[in-house]
Amino acid sequence: MSDQTDGRLAGVRSALLSIRPNANDGSLTGTSGSSNTEPPEIAAASSESESVSRQGSGADSSASAAASTQPDAETTTTSESGSGLAMPAGDKPLGSPRVDNAVIEARDLDVFYGDTQALHGINMDIPEKEVTALIGPSGCGKSTFLRSINRMNDLIDVARVEGDLHFHGKNVYEDDVDPVALRRKIGMVFQKPNPFPKSIFDNVAYGLRVQGKDDNVEENVLTALERAALLDEVEDQLDESGLDLSGGQQQRLCIARAIATDPEVILMDEPASALDPVATSKIEDLVEELAQEYTVAIVTHNMQQAARISDKTAVFLTGGHLVEFDDTSKIFENPESDRVEDYITGKFG
Amino acid sequence: MSTNTDTSTTTTTTTTTSTGGDPDGFDPDGNGFDFDGSSIKRKHQLGTIFLGLCFAATMVGIVALVALLADVLLEARGWLTWEFLTYPPSQIAENYVPSNYGDLATGPGGMYPMIIGSIYLIIMTAIFTLFLGVGAAIYLEEYAPDSSLTRFIEANIANLAGVPSIVYGLLGLAVFVRAMQTGASLIAGALTLTLLILPIVIVQSQESLRAVPDSMRQASYGTGATKWQTIRNVVLPEAVPGIMTGIILSLSRAIGETAPILMVGAATTMFTPPDLTDPTGSFGAMPMQIYEWAKMPEAEFQHVAAAGIVVLLTILLLMNAVAILIRNKYDKRS
Repeated sequence: MSDQTDGRLAGVRSALLSIRPNANDGSLTGTSGSSNTEPPEIAAASSESESVSRQGSGADSSASAAASTQPDAETTTTSESGSGLAMPAGDKPLGSPRVDNAVIEARDLDVFYGDTQALHGINMDIPEKEVTALIGPSGCGKSTFLRSINRMNDLIDVARVEGDLHFHGKNVYEDDVDPVALRRKIGMVFQKPNPFPKSIFDNVAYGLRVQGKDDNVEENVLTALERAALLDEVEDQLDESGLDLSGGQQQRLCIARAIATDPEVILMDEPASALDPVATSKIEDLVEELAQEYTVAIVTHNMQQAARISDKTAVFLTGGHLVEFDDTSKIFENPESDRVEDYITGKFG
Repeated sequence: MSTNTDTSTTTTTTTTTSTGGDPDGFDPDGNGFDFDGSSIKRKHQLGTIFLGLCFAATMVGIVALVALLADVLLEARGWLTWEFLTYPPSQIAENYVPSNYGDLATGPGGMYPMIIGSIYLIIMTAIFTLFLGVGAAIYLEEYAPDSSLTRFIEANIANLAGVPSIVYGLLGLAVFVRAMQTGASLIAGALTLTLLILPIVIVQSQESLRAVPDSMRQASYGTGATKWQTIRNVVLPEAVPGIMTGIILSLSRAIGETAPILMVGAATTMFTPPDLTDPTGSFGAMPMQIYEWAKMPEAEFQHVAAAGIVVLLTILLLMNAVAILIRNKYDKRS
């Protein structure tokens, strides 16, 4: 590993050493839980050829599909036991990047747009049925990370992903993973509300129909609208265009669309950044509600928002480095990194 | 500003006052706000002159068009009868004169077979164009990688749109009529016209597809739709109005094209509409017949040609109206 990480992680590593001199010894405290037992059906048959170029998930890492605990050439530096995926010590961010009930585990994840490296060796877990906030200044790669979880970056011709991203222990960047099947498990809500120019009903039913979940469409649509706290407002106008709703309603419509198909994980890319404070607080309430049934990862610019709604917080700083990952209370009250503290307190960024 | 010899009294005043402060700006006196805008009067005048030039340019086009239309309509007045629309053409000029209809041995002259021929031609061209043009546009816009080969293909399609129609006629003659043995048939004419308008249709359809916001595609992929589902359910419905408008406008260009169907050998003086059961049979078309009439020496044929032009123009305007209706219908929806 160390031969691959020489220059690009020097910054993080020096930050690590300056704060915790023993950070390089690789002793990780957290022991992993057992959520990695059942690989989801993302290696589906309908393999759609999308333009994705992947490297790095080659022979030796593909063996780590399920819980790889055997120390091999790449992971000898980690000395823990348990079923979780080993996290290379050199790339480990500050804080506690390992969680017991991880659904998504990123290991040495690099993302490139052409010649530009947008993410540098990201190592972090996303716990099940909790809200994980990704914060950081503009252009720090938090949206890129979010979009690499459900392989939305595949849609960008020049995007290239190296390293591993495990969903229930299965590396989603392996060749036998169908990104369409993956996205059926991991729903997404975008920064700008983007309802289809269809009726409210058809908007929510869209996912059900494309996924062939044709039974009880009406019931599922109403349930999704109810869960998205929108049903009361639109009950009488389900046939009207989704574009006629207000911005906040449109975003809740998009959330209803995302949860109608009952995914496991919901990714939210700054879902409230285009909304007024009232609509924002509705979305925030909704996110907390959703976390009871879904795993939520949310990108936000708004630190108060992250502090209010998230259980875990990942702080990305300058140029695509994950600097610290920990419980939200820890990050906001007593972060390990001085830079994170400066960012949280508004000294930069 | 003092070089302006054609200044009015106001402007002269400005010139005098402007020596003190900002010579060309908003504060000629250097001590306050220029309420009446006198210092920028010349800029206003330039604007007025520009407006006049643009208006004149617009009027040249419109006046010329109106004059041409009026000329054709006057020529055709009294010659455009029901019989003209329902009878086959004739070589004898007297047969076209409406006042002679009563005492003719052979029946009145008209352009019925050509009208039907043109309609068949345009329907077949529409079918070929729809599949080839939209298919190519979807491939280039949605599937093809953003490579230099793709860009090379796109650049050449755009260039093909500028190739003269007679060249397509020659191509149709060589490829369809001769090499593919279709003869001077409807199918050869339709394929040739398809080639002629295909580049325009592809470019127009690509633009319509490109105009579909990427956020729509992302929303679709985000709910777990496949590429085909995204194109069918989200992209195409959004792009259809633009695509249809492009196709119909291209078809209305094709229906008036003479050179290509002349080259593939469309018949003049056909007495029956083309036989759809005989794919290699000959056919007539309106522009071809109009061209034929316009070449005739007798004065009557100039009126007959004008009547033919009016029929062609009417069909053309109807097609454009349909295009506008389609666009408006879909625009209201979203």
